[in-house]
Amino acid sequence: MKRIFPHPMLSAALFLAWLLLAGGVALNSLLMAAILATLIPLATQAYWPGRPQIRHPLRLVSYVALVLWDVIIANIQVARIILFMPADRIQSAWITVPVDLPCPEAIALLAGTITLTPGTLTAEFSADNKALLIHALHAPDPDATRDEIKSRYEARLQRIFR
Amino acid sequence: MSLGVEILISALLVIGGCFGLIGSFGLLKLRGAMQRLHAPTKATTVGVGASLIAAALATYMATGVANWQGVLVAAFLFLTAPLSGLMLAKAHRHLDRPTVPPTGTGAPWAGERPVKP
Repeated sequence: MKRIFPHPMLSAALFLAWLLLAGGVALNSLLMAAILATLIPLATQAYWPGRPQIRHPLRLVSYVALVLWDVIIANIQVARIILFMPADRIQSAWITVPVDLPCPEAIALLAGTITLTPGTLTAEFSADNKALLIHALHAPDPDATRDEIKSRYEARLQRIFR
Repeated sequence: MSLGVEILISALLVIGGCFGLIGSFGLLKLRGAMQRLHAPTKATTVGVGASLIAAALATYMATGVANWQGVLVAAFLFLTAPLSGLMLAKAHRHLDRPTVPPTGTGAPWAGERPVKP
């Protein structure tokens, strides 16, 4: 089983994605989805040796909901900065965020979250995967931005992946 | 299609359009490559998201069939937007060499030469 499906979650996601693309559960799309869900993880497993340990799938769902909500709120905040704040009063800052997450998948998820919530953007990783370099559009207090990312997103990801 | 649903769909389209416009305006107004990189993130998240919900709703009301492909569009956008942002930021860092804070872990930022002790 493990040799045929090295990444069961990836296989499931591919299967679902193909059915959504095909727009139905006809026999031929089911067959094609099964073929793709088997072949693609096999072909790419050399580049992806580890397997993320998701302890709490339900918490992952609530994490996605939280991020979606934050995306909407942060969008409105950034729109206000763009529209109403004079350009010379916008205080941009580079911020180093130390990360303590067990696997690359979790770090990628955190980095993606930071970029998707507008106002912050992941720009670089440290060579040892223990820090992220982020750029904040308007951060009068860079330490507060860093602490919010750590307490709001990283702490939740730690509980999901450990 | 009832009037209420039509108003809802129209509102979503207007909201999506507004955020796209604000994102483009941000490109004009903000200064420097990194600040400008922030502006288009709005167009891809709330702007496209609102348009997709409107499209799915309109299709469902018109044909009675749920349109799940919009979910895929949103998923692919959310997966690829951070990657393109990361690549643009990396290119900026290597070309323009802005001063950035240290990693604080002893290792350099990825793609940089290790600091000699």
